[in-house]
Amino acid sequence: MGSYSTNEFRSGMKVMLDGDPCSIVDNEFVKPGKGQAFNRVKLRNLKSGRVWERTFKSGESLEAADVMDRDMEYLYNDGEFFHFMEPDTFEQHQASAEVVSDAAKWLKEQDVCVVTLYNGAPLAVTPPNHVILEITDTDPGLKGDTAQGGTKPATLSTGAVIKVPLFLEIGETVKVDTRNGEYLGRAKD
Amino acid sequence: MQDWRPTATIENLRRRAQVFAELRAFFAARNVIEVDVPALSQRATSDPHIDSITATCGGNSAYLATSPEFGLKRLLAAGMGDCYYLGKAFRNGEAGSRHNPEFTMLEWYRVGWDDHQLMDEVAALLCGVLQLPAPDKLSYRALFQSELGVDPHSATVSELRQLARSHFEIEFESEAAADWLDLLMSHVLEPRLGTGVTLVYDFPASQAALAKVEPDALGVPVARRFEAYVGGVELANGYWELTDAAEQHRRFEADHAYRRANGLPAHPFEERLVEALALGDMPECAGVALGVERLLMQKLGAGKISEVLALPFERA
Repeated sequence: MGSYSTNEFRSGMKVMLDGDPCSIVDNEFVKPGKGQAFNRVKLRNLKSGRVWERTFKSGESLEAADVMDRDMEYLYNDGEFFHFMEPDTFEQHQASAEVVSDAAKWLKEQDVCVVTLYNGAPLAVTPPNHVILEITDTDPGLKGDTAQGGTKPATLSTGAVIKVPLFLEIGETVKVDTRNGEYLGRAKD
Repeated sequence: MQDWRPTATIENLRRRAQVFAELRAFFAARNVIEVDVPALSQRATSDPHIDSITATCGGNSAYLATSPEFGLKRLLAAGMGDCYYLGKAFRNGEAGSRHNPEFTMLEWYRVGWDDHQLMDEVAALLCGVLQLPAPDKLSYRALFQSELGVDPHSATVSELRQLARSHFEIEFESEAAADWLDLLMSHVLEPRLGTGVTLVYDFPASQAALAKVEPDALGVPVARRFEAYVGGVELANGYWELTDAAEQHRRFEADHAYRRANGLPAHPFEERLVEALALGDMPECAGVALGVERLLMQKLGAGKISEVLALPFERA
């Protein structure tokens, strides 16, 4: 891999810092009147998810990180690893529960996720923004209560618990936004 | 994408034109003459922290002017008298929310004045255009002492480095006090300056650039250089100008030595300026350069330079 100078930093660029792959969030050029120019850079550590703010002298460089995002189909969980497949090459990758992290509760078999690879191995998994899942557990529905509104907790087939309207029943399928866990509506068959 | 469009609104471009007219009227009323100097030059700046854009002209390297300073000083040495330049300057690699590689610079010189007299005129211009109250005026030392409890002229590199590191995470090493002072100034102190006009004067001698170095009231040699800030953003940088040819030559050589030691391009520097100082009739004078887009950003309440420029470099 090559390296990138602070002048080339753009948001989304992947670089190595303190031995970890990071994604550049923001890069501000700061130049005092007659002196050294600096870059104040915000980077997201792709391992921990933390955002770091660091100051560099302008023109210094960081090694590029071998990080790429790939669309992959989620296959199954064998109890220890989550298995994904690249749709074009059928190449399979396995990711630990630690790597999949919070995404696990949205993963439905055959859904296409974004798997971030670092040196060829999964580093993070991002579920689709919208998923369609079945309600496996919730209090009985209250018929004819639609006008009044109100919500109740419902457990979905993947284990996620979300708030749904009172009239929904076990066995119904719902559309959910995975970024905030919000109920979007009943899924049309 | 509509990349053909200007990034500034038509309304902002009209107001930009009004401010240009106001600036020219300000100098006309004071008998300061508008002059023009080359944007394309056979010599480059020596300032190690400024990178010239290199062009090719007639098969030879040429450089876009990073400031009109050398040209204006040659006119002063030829007897031009009080004069100003309002036009483009170019700096390689300077891009960001407050920077565009091509920008508008207003630079003017006052014959027989020192830095304090010129500071008053800068304040009059800024307070007039921006309709702000009278400025705060304090020395570089007073600013560091009141905000950080350190004397910038006597603090050791180690003290300054630790102070900087206590404020934020830094990814480089330096044994130059000037680097740490620049960092503290730009990252810590500038954001704390008030919303009005602030003038900071008597910079460390290591940051003299082309200002005279003279002992201050405490006998410490300081650069007779000042900066004007509005709302924590640097708008102008001025000097009680160096007029000594031998000292000018020595500073060019020092810049070149720094450039060579740090692997920076060492373009030919402007020997004609040294000649002008040595052979011409260079008057004692003070000069200042002001970033016109920065002024417009303040005037129009813009957060980005692209809001006050018709076509920034990404669309140029």
